[in-house]
Amino acid sequence: MIRDHFRVLKVDLSTGRGRIEEIDGRNTCAGGSGLAALLFGRMGFPDRSWEDPEQPLIFAMGPLTGYFPLMSKVVCAFKSPYHDQYAESHAGGRSALAMRFADLDALVITGKARRPSCLMVGSRQLEVKDVHYLWGKSVRRTGQMLRRMAGGSGHRSILRIGPAGENRSAMACINVDTYRHFGRLGGGAVMGAKHLKAIVIVGDESFDLPSGKSYAALFQHIYGQLTTTSMMDKYHDLGTPVNVAVLNAIQALPCRNLQRTSDEAISGITGETFADRTLLRNTACAGCPVGCIHLGFVREKFKEPNQYLYRQVTYDHEPIFAMGAMLSVLDAFQVLRLLEIAEKMGLDVMSAGVALAWATEAFEKGILSENETVIPLKFGDAGAYSQALKHLGAGANDFYRVLGQGTLKAAELYGGADFACVLGQEMGGYATGEVFFISQALGLRHSHLDAGGYSYDQKQNGKDAAQAVAFLVQDEKARVFLTSMVSCLFAREVYKEAVLADCLNAVGYRDLAENVDSVARRVQKMRWQIRIKTGFDPGSVKIPGRFKQVVTWKGPLDTNYLDSLQKTYAQKIREMAMSEESGSPGSPRNESTKL
Amino acid sequence: MKILSTPRMERCIGCHSCSLACARLVHKHLSWDTAGIRIRSTGGLSTGFEAMLCLACDPAPCAAACPTNAFTQRKGGGVVVKKKRCIRCGACAAACPVDAIYLDPSGEPFVCIHCGRCVEFCPHGCLEMIEAPAPMTVDEGQKEVEP
Repeated sequence: MIRDHFRVLKVDLSTGRGRIEEIDGRNTCAGGSGLAALLFGRMGFPDRSWEDPEQPLIFAMGPLTGYFPLMSKVVCAFKSPYHDQYAESHAGGRSALAMRFADLDALVITGKARRPSCLMVGSRQLEVKDVHYLWGKSVRRTGQMLRRMAGGSGHRSILRIGPAGENRSAMACINVDTYRHFGRLGGGAVMGAKHLKAIVIVGDESFDLPSGKSYAALFQHIYGQLTTTSMMDKYHDLGTPVNVAVLNAIQALPCRNLQRTSDEAISGITGETFADRTLLRNTACAGCPVGCIHLGFVREKFKEPNQYLYRQVTYDHEPIFAMGAMLSVLDAFQVLRLLEIAEKMGLDVMSAGVALAWATEAFEKGILSENETVIPLKFGDAGAYSQALKHLGAGANDFYRVLGQGTLKAAELYGGADFACVLGQEMGGYATGEVFFISQALGLRHSHLDAGGYSYDQKQNGKDAAQAVAFLVQDEKARVFLTSMVSCLFAREVYKEAVLADCLNAVGYRDLAENVDSVARRVQKMRWQIRIKTGFDPGSVKIPGRFKQVVTWKGPLDTNYLDSLQKTYAQKIREMAMSEESGSPGSPRNESTKL
Repeated sequence: MKILSTPRMERCIGCHSCSLACARLVHKHLSWDTAGIRIRSTGGLSTGFEAMLCLACDPAPCAAACPTNAFTQRKGGGVVVKKKRCIRCGACAAACPVDAIYLDPSGEPFVCIHCGRCVEFCPHGCLEMIEAPAPMTVDEGQKEVEP
């Protein structure tokens, strides 16, 4: 539905009631990332803990959601249990189209349910349902049971958490439709703290199309680019795991807790190996014909002589890096087995893998013992890691509980901070050099997708910090507009600024179409304002020593360049946050204001 | 007369491009409901997908059930739809044995008209227009001999 405002459903879990609010700001904040920042500014409490029941959990779609292919993502925003600051996480699955057809620009959840609950929403539905019997259940089992309980099969999205979220682990993800995730920065714990086991969004409304012929013609053109050219081949062929061998070959793959940047035995976990040996099929987010989701299989003999079970597990570059290369688990099936356990527990696989890599090195160095880890940890020992993942998700003892709050939190307590592979949060799967390290460490989401620092490292040989930071700021601005639409970032080569303007025009958002650049800048600034207001200090981010020992194809890392990049980028972030250009929409409300 | 068939649904990735195309091009809607073909998992996303669509019955029970001739028999199977005649009684959807007819909240029925416009939007060739098979001759069986 094209409208000049936002239609937002606010649900208070403590009462089980909600209300629809019409909120201005379409032409200044667009949707997605911009809408989430706008809503956190109005409804969030920067000075209160993330666990405060009144803190909002926000899901926002964008003005192009569902109208064009690959406009298939949702932005989730919350105060993060990882750093108690503003955070964004993105996911697809069916969530975006379900929100579109539930006719909700955003869903805002506040309060805490008295008993473990499931929120069910649709265009004509709102129910907070007691599901105490699902508490403690795995992500998989919870999904199976909810599928039977909720209507709208095929046209709904089921978001749920596992034990990790219930235990408020800062590494707990929100699983979306089995194979996608709001993975990072602990969104699952926010649901757990609200006693919210699951959210079912039923997309059961339909809308008239924009009038005129331009929309249909533009859709056809973009659909053709995405499906008949080679632009998206990488994503549906081997998928992102194609990066494993590529990065390994240029000494840019974090291996063995980043003790090295390539591994001679990498062939066991490359994208090619996963495709040849484990790939069952591809699947897609709703509204995306590319189908980048790769499903492998785990086959287990559970009884002699020939009784087997099998399960399907999704894989990508980042999960393979985290549960494979970082742990020196170099067999594709063993990696899938670890991923499957993390999925069941509702853990973010990237954070969990990198945390266990640190724990393994700490164990080897004698900093940790079995008193903490319960079982001996050893690089390459997938059996030990399968146990450790269960302990991490369950918060089995003091050690695993603190590790679940972040590797550096554990290192503060036990030692070993210099080899914790943390860049704002547990690192992504790129050891390309200085620009990527600073991009993730200071980036708003601490994600490799905040800006293309990994690409800059590979394409640029110079060491001009100002030039590199200018690239990061510009690239972040372009991406933040995409995540305000809300596009999959894999489509960024198709959805350039001019194309996005055409799309907005075609569906009737003419003001937005004329102001893409200024809206992008405003949203970029709004997000930084909120991040800093909730406590972020880009100058104080510590880059652990391990990163400074990295050797890539360019040679040893240049620590002077790294320092210069951090100072320059931190200064730029402060400038963006202080700028008055962002106007008032994102200004956090007064602490005393009631909901 | 050709009909829409789904011979390769094992390849389906669940992108819903076919449904969205039908709604967009045939019914002028943004929707994954008001479409002649709709996609759902066959029992959870780990089990693959199935398409809900008209199987081109001849004779079509939905046409037989329609009290206003809004649905009439289509040559080659399926139905011809005259929306202006529809009184939104829902009898067609109730009569369909494979749940192929979607009723929107106002009761308006949406069913595949076998136009084939969705086919080109499937990225994996799951869909195909084929010649309608000859209608099955109905074997009335041997009449019982009355005692």
